[in-house]
Amino acid sequence: MSEQKLTVSLSPHVSSPDNVRRIMMDVLLALSPAALWSVYLFGFQSLRVILIGIGACVFFEYVAQRFILKVKPSVDDGSAAVTGLLLAFNLPSHIPSWMIIVGSFVAIIVAKMTFGGLGNNPFNPALVGRVFMLISFPAAMTSWPVPLLNRWKFVDAVTAATPLSVAQEGLKNGTTSQQLLSSLPSYQELFFGYRGGCLGEVSVFLLLLGGLYLLYRKVIRLQIPLAVIGSVFVFSAVLWFFNPGVNMPPVFHILTGGVFLGAIFMATDMVTSPMTVTGMVIFGIAIGILTVIIRVFGAYPEGMSFAILIMNAFVPLIDSLIKPRKYGMISHG
Amino acid sequence: MEKRSKIKTFPFGGVHPPDLKHSAQRPIESLPLPTTVSIPVLQHFGAPSQPIVKVGDKVKAGQVIAQAQGFLSVNIHATISGTVTRIDEVMDVSGYKRPAITINAEGEEWVEGVDLSRALDRNIRLNREEIVKKVQQDGLVGLGGAGFPVHVKLTPVAGKQADILLINGAECEPYLTCDHRLMIEKGPEILVGVLILMKALNVAKAVIGVESNKVDAIAHLTAIARDFDGIKIVTLQTRYPQGAEKQFIEALTGRQVPVGGLPLDAKCVVQNIATAFAVYESVQKNKPLIERVVTVAGEDLKKPSNFRVRIGTSMAYLIEAAGGLPEGTGKIISGGPMMGKALNMIDIPVVKTTSGILVFGQEKSRRDPVLNCIRCARCVAHCPLGLEPYLLMNLSENERFDDAEREMAMNCCECGTCAYVCPSKRPLLDYIRLAKTFITQKRKEKAAR
Repeated sequence: MSEQKLTVSLSPHVSSPDNVRRIMMDVLLALSPAALWSVYLFGFQSLRVILIGIGACVFFEYVAQRFILKVKPSVDDGSAAVTGLLLAFNLPSHIPSWMIIVGSFVAIIVAKMTFGGLGNNPFNPALVGRVFMLISFPAAMTSWPVPLLNRWKFVDAVTAATPLSVAQEGLKNGTTSQQLLSSLPSYQELFFGYRGGCLGEVSVFLLLLGGLYLLYRKVIRLQIPLAVIGSVFVFSAVLWFFNPGVNMPPVFHILTGGVFLGAIFMATDMVTSPMTVTGMVIFGIAIGILTVIIRVFGAYPEGMSFAILIMNAFVPLIDSLIKPRKYGMISHG
Repeated sequence: MEKRSKIKTFPFGGVHPPDLKHSAQRPIESLPLPTTVSIPVLQHFGAPSQPIVKVGDKVKAGQVIAQAQGFLSVNIHATISGTVTRIDEVMDVSGYKRPAITINAEGEEWVEGVDLSRALDRNIRLNREEIVKKVQQDGLVGLGGAGFPVHVKLTPVAGKQADILLINGAECEPYLTCDHRLMIEKGPEILVGVLILMKALNVAKAVIGVESNKVDAIAHLTAIARDFDGIKIVTLQTRYPQGAEKQFIEALTGRQVPVGGLPLDAKCVVQNIATAFAVYESVQKNKPLIERVVTVAGEDLKKPSNFRVRIGTSMAYLIEAAGGLPEGTGKIISGGPMMGKALNMIDIPVVKTTSGILVFGQEKSRRDPVLNCIRCARCVAHCPLGLEPYLLMNLSENERFDDAEREMAMNCCECGTCAYVCPSKRPLLDYIRLAKTFITQKRKEKAAR
């Protein structure tokens, strides 16, 4: 019996069954309804974008770890796959494959591995990849195939502007928001996702479903999505209230573009969001306000990605200023 | 607000690991006396006691064999009758060799005056001062884990008066069931013990807090408590670390202990359930603290059990009685899985603070590989003290101990919740302990200067 080797380690001697891999698998699972919907809307092309996005991200992470950093590759943790899927969700369905690969390279190599891999990246890798593509390939990144119409077309997709860009153009040309609304998809269509746009952002309903699953699994907390969506709503409502003719109503703002995708799946990225509940609320509100500012006053019709990336930069500051309430900080009585 | 949950708990942090209380329905079993016991002279928080016997001396069970040294110390007693064979160093739970007195068993003799009858004695004859003196003489320490001498908590402090006595029956560690069984089997004795503590503290109210996973104990104690004025049983939500002193106080009273303060600063005194029973035996039955209930548990164990054993009995003896050491055992823990200590051998004596012995298979014994922090913020959300474990670990890794001190590393109670919830399996608590060690050392050096 004395021959038996006993492990001696410090407490705690048990740990929760949760791990990084499980968290990433939960995120992939939560994104899958919206992914399936995009295949329904945009057909084969959507499947191609998703597979290339995931494949390229996993490949780049593996290569970087194996041959450059010379560490044991950890692509099985699923984080590269999540980045790849999120990048794909932020692209239009007829984007050329080589552009996706360039975007994946930027996301994984530039935004993630150079900072030390999972957990050390200050900016959301998928969004860095997307913004890089938006600036480098503006035409390809803003031509939106019409849903359902292009499902079996491999080339020459029929494109149309997204509701958000239609609205921006229209308002600029002096059309009133009331006139625009009557020509755009109804709120119900927007909610369930019968509209053009990036792969993953179109169906608010399915994104909400995924968000509820992540909440149930405690992968995300309610604070960030609620703060982002709430502040987009409130801030656009204020603008609309004072000048309803030249501003779109708040419901239109939250249902279009990537508000729900960004609020539920991008702003909540653990690595690039604050550690305290109060910090999360501040972070979320700021993202919402920046999004509306960029949409209403900026050159781009959509501002979600920029808003999240800008606020990612503020996370260390938020974390050093906002501290959790500590036990026992009361005067000796 | 309309209807709030009636079940009390502490306000933030914590976690609920699986209960795994396999031995909860196993009645306390008294084992045959061991042939030999090794009794360490330091089993409490404070100064080691001084041996007053020599090798070759005949001793009786209950006889003082080592005397308290100063106020923060208690007597140590012979736990069986027999001959002192060795006074030397023995490996104890700490993993170090420490002075201990070894006795070989001969017969079953007790010192004069110990009442071994089972009759319940409710009549408290001693006054306040006598009770305080008696519990120090009889070697009573907190049986929950820290081993803080009972008389110290009962001694009045100028300007500070408790208004409530809290009895800790939370038993929030997974696996452990010794307090649970004691509440079911020794209910009236525990309540008399509580009355004695109330008298010593001069408080009119006592609350026994029990976690909701012990419904039978709650029902049983509540029924008996009708006959005892001033004692209330309160159900607590099952949530670790409910039984940690600060969380326990806040759960029951809503009060916080100020940083660096004592429970008395929140007008509370906390004692463990098993301690209340030991107080009863000491004050009413004149029986020193020479035995306790120990849970022996683990998935692979044939017979998870609750044993009443004499202090100094080898843990190997208990494991044998629980069905023997299973094939492929990888880790043996003294205490619970969250805060217990892993042992490097099994021939280690049970001491006053040994609440359980856990036997883990190889699979459960090893830690998972450590990954990068993914900033999931779970350690922050679950820390019951509102600390930021990820930050403390980071500071500690980079040897920034002054910054760790500013971030209140010393307030950490080492409950291990942060490391438990971490999805990257990071050794958060190990590094916080490291920081605490350095900070303590630095404070000592400063004080010496």
